[in-house]
Amino acid sequence: MKYPDISREDTICALATPPGTGAIAVIRLSGIDSHAIINRLFKPMKAKDLNEVGSHRAVYGQILDKEQLIDDVLLTIFRAPHSYTGEDAIEIGCHGSIFIQQKIIELLLNAGARLAEPGEFTMRAFANKRFDLAQAEAVADLIASRSEAAHHLAINQMRGGFSKRIMELRQQLIDFTALIELELDFSEEDVEFADRNRFLQLLNDLKVEISQLIESFKTGNAIKTGIPVAIIGKPNVGKSTLLNAILNEEKAIVSEIPGTTRDTIEDTIILEGYSFRFIDTAGLRKSEDLVENLGIERAYEKIKQAAVILYVCDLASCTLESAEEMLEEFRNFLKDKDKRFILIGNKADLLAETPAHFKEMVELETIFISAKRKENINLITQSLIKVAQELQQDQDTIVSNARHYQALQKAFEALVSVEKGFEADLPTDLAAIDLRSAIHHLGSITGQISNEEVLGSIFSKFCIGK
Amino acid sequence: MLFKKYDVIVVGAGHAGSEAAAAAANMGSKVLLVTMNLQTIAQMSCNPAMGGIAKGQIVREIDALGGYSGLVTDRTMIQFRMLNKSKGPAMWSPRAQSDRMLFSMEWRRMLEQTPNLDFWQDMVVGLIVKDNHIQGVKTSMGQVIEGQNVILTNGTFLNGKIHIGEKSFGGGRMGDRSSEGLTEQLIKLGFRADRMKTGTPVRVDGRTIDFSRLTEQKGDEVVTGFSYLEKVNLPKQRSCYIAYTSPRVHDMLKTGFQFSPMFNGRIEGVGPRYCPSIEDKVVRFSDKDSHQLFVEPEGWNTIEYYINGFSSSLPEDVQFKALREIEGFENAKIFRPGYAIEYDFFPPDQLQHSLETKLVKGLFFAGQINGTTGYEEAAGQGIIAGINAHSKTVGKEPLILKRSEAYIGVLIDDLITKGVDEPYRMFTSRAEYRILLRQDNADARLTERSFKIGLAKAERFNRFKQKQESISALIDFMDKTSVTPDQINGFLEKSGTSLLTQKIKLSSVLLRPQVELQQLIKSNRSLFDDVINKFNLKHDEIEAAEVLVKYKGYIDKEKELADKLMRLEHVKLKSDFDYHQLKSLSYEAREKLNLIKPETLGQASRISGVSPSDISVLAIYLGR
Repeated sequence: MKYPDISREDTICALATPPGTGAIAVIRLSGIDSHAIINRLFKPMKAKDLNEVGSHRAVYGQILDKEQLIDDVLLTIFRAPHSYTGEDAIEIGCHGSIFIQQKIIELLLNAGARLAEPGEFTMRAFANKRFDLAQAEAVADLIASRSEAAHHLAINQMRGGFSKRIMELRQQLIDFTALIELELDFSEEDVEFADRNRFLQLLNDLKVEISQLIESFKTGNAIKTGIPVAIIGKPNVGKSTLLNAILNEEKAIVSEIPGTTRDTIEDTIILEGYSFRFIDTAGLRKSEDLVENLGIERAYEKIKQAAVILYVCDLASCTLESAEEMLEEFRNFLKDKDKRFILIGNKADLLAETPAHFKEMVELETIFISAKRKENINLITQSLIKVAQELQQDQDTIVSNARHYQALQKAFEALVSVEKGFEADLPTDLAAIDLRSAIHHLGSITGQISNEEVLGSIFSKFCIGK
Repeated sequence: MLFKKYDVIVVGAGHAGSEAAAAAANMGSKVLLVTMNLQTIAQMSCNPAMGGIAKGQIVREIDALGGYSGLVTDRTMIQFRMLNKSKGPAMWSPRAQSDRMLFSMEWRRMLEQTPNLDFWQDMVVGLIVKDNHIQGVKTSMGQVIEGQNVILTNGTFLNGKIHIGEKSFGGGRMGDRSSEGLTEQLIKLGFRADRMKTGTPVRVDGRTIDFSRLTEQKGDEVVTGFSYLEKVNLPKQRSCYIAYTSPRVHDMLKTGFQFSPMFNGRIEGVGPRYCPSIEDKVVRFSDKDSHQLFVEPEGWNTIEYYINGFSSSLPEDVQFKALREIEGFENAKIFRPGYAIEYDFFPPDQLQHSLETKLVKGLFFAGQINGTTGYEEAAGQGIIAGINAHSKTVGKEPLILKRSEAYIGVLIDDLITKGVDEPYRMFTSRAEYRILLRQDNADARLTERSFKIGLAKAERFNRFKQKQESISALIDFMDKTSVTPDQINGFLEKSGTSLLTQKIKLSSVLLRPQVELQQLIKSNRSLFDDVINKFNLKHDEIEAAEVLVKYKGYIDKEKELADKLMRLEHVKLKSDFDYHQLKSLSYEAREKLNLIKPETLGQASRISGVSPSDISVLAIYLGR
């Protein structure tokens, strides 16, 4: 029996190693566009054309997000039919941080790949006759057990109101679809059709609901993988010392020479059940050192990713002028309502007199510490725990699954098209095409909505039947 | 012997049976049509109308395949409307009121002119089955008729039971006997049977209706009709009227509720939610003070009117008294009361996509026996059953229409894959690819396929090819021809859209929602003269070209999606496979798959209870 050509349609990717932090991780990419996709984000160390690399060869290089270095990786190139799936495939060996894994997958998705369904690599392998039946049967059992486990996992992942919110979302979608279909299939009936404003209102409700879920991915991810905390400040204010004090171990390289910390260092600690991912950064200053500049650039990138920012200043060497400048910068940061900023006055032990702008710093709830002597570090950890508690309260509904995240984003885009259609006064049956696409994407989270349900909603609410 | 051996015996001459007989005979099978009453061929038992939303598309499809329903409707219509014209082209739906008596007569005339087709008036009371193969039928007159294939289209006649108030009696339709014996035999053969219910309203003497108190609903000025073959000649039309019930009507109806077979549980069959009786509407939507009724004329030369929306099985005196409470009906006299009818059907998951039963080879089911409702749904199944019974006779592959190809494809796939919980009626929302299944392109979807299997005749095929050429020529012309601001800005201004500053292609102008092609042509007639004259462009061709240009983006999008999902449809599954062997499937999936025995992986994916991971597992096992 001939198997269909389903394998040729698109390119899939997924993490091949177990989820979580390890020394290294492997991300697998398979499909006709594998090489084209990897070329969009990979830069080989030795300028080599990837297309000329033979099958089963490793290539060392960097994964870049635009110009931004994400990780040094080792690619293993496979050419059809000599791969696990029988298609062109690439295995990306990267460092094992969860952030790096997710970032690379995100970049692959943006470059045109899609997340693999459970067992899809194996399905393709079978489709391309890489397996005989006995092998396939063994894998099939595995897939079934895996998807069952995945099912449990998904249910366990649903925290707080997630399940309820998803049910509400589904119901809203059915109601909205029912109103649209009512107008199409039952235009001859004596029922009152919703006006455009009602449609736009419902559509907006749906969009708000979905965008909240999308936003919650950040928090969901944060809670799952640690709330990202960035420590920033001018060079040599003691950021690394502070990190060490918090971590209580010598992870960051601490030195007296400004610019020692050229790279960001991450470590995770658990405080009262909340996981925090610390990002130490290179000092924020202009430098002639190219490598250091790269580090600084990355530090700004880290600030973007962080949920909490510890802004460290050196009280001892703070002049009136630099304090003014520093407070100005800090106030600017505070405008970003998505993040929490905590001002830390370090080296309080070296202080001979009241620091410049002491009063203003107190008003900004500055925590005065000595990182070196580990004084008042507990005030910082208490603030962090408070932030975590607030974060969790804000979001009782949390999307923490990348597949759900992707589905929600696609659904959101489709709903934007529906909205545009309404605004352009397109016939509703055309808007319904985009609506169906939204339903399709949400279906992978909420469970498929069948047209029976839509009709059921119509028949229960409207008196149909002449 | 009274009868020769037939290739195909069709039992029942309703909309399904008539189309089935016509299709099989036109393809060359020797066909016998057996009906209990030759005076009521293709009788419209319910309202005298064909088409409507989604249903009109089905009639167009039947016509594109070479069936008769479209032609008969076109020749007997008394009113035509294109519904949903204000919506996108996927929703445009032709609907006609027909002259009930002419409709039946024209059907009979056309069947009588069909070669290879014999008639016999009798009741089929038994099937002859040997080794799970059909051999023929037995009739109430004791005739044994041999046939290689048998198509059952018994409608509401199998153990039909009519209810009016507390009265109930056997009957397949008011005035006709029910048919007994067949259900019992089929159950013995291993079939599952169940009961359904439907109803019909009171018929009123038009001379006693005060039409001045009702709202008139006229037909369209432009009558396009259903058939791709002929133009409709309808210089005059008859109007329908709209009336409303009131709290007084509802109160009167309530006086009969205690006698209602619906409410006291005497009716066991499941009725359709979208076609409730008036008493059902009053109970379920008690906050509504008024329900709309359509008063439909039954023909050119009759005074009988059909009160659509007033279907009831309350006692006839209650129906009568309630009717008289309706404004305009104060003095109404009735011809016949409404009634409910219960009948046997066979859950359609017992069929294959060809409409042949899984249990008995050569036995086909079509129409209400499969749990559907509607003339159009019945006729659509009928033509497919007729085609496939013929294909079976000559040893050819059955014709199976895809969901992306025809509403008929959606209909049959739904029936077989999902079964039915209530009488099944088509809605456009049931189709995934609504924009592909338009009433304007049923011929482009189906005529060539039908011609190739020998049903659509050369005349139809040539007419179709010529139409396609004209459409392409017009599209080509619009893609190549530019207009200057001078030529077109006057028209654009009138249409309420922005003006041009430089010249653009005509097809780009047409993309604007405010621009209609017919109007555009009118405004620049000389520009279009050449192409119109050269190809003698007709109204429907211009309309089809407009749809293809204007909605190209949407059409392409759905086509792409359909192609993508089609891949699963090409993976065939074995019909004798025991899914319980596959322990990796969920238990529910195994149960459902064993019951339905899907023919393809795509069909399996549409069965409720079969999850995407079940489909992955199935795909892996498919190598054998």
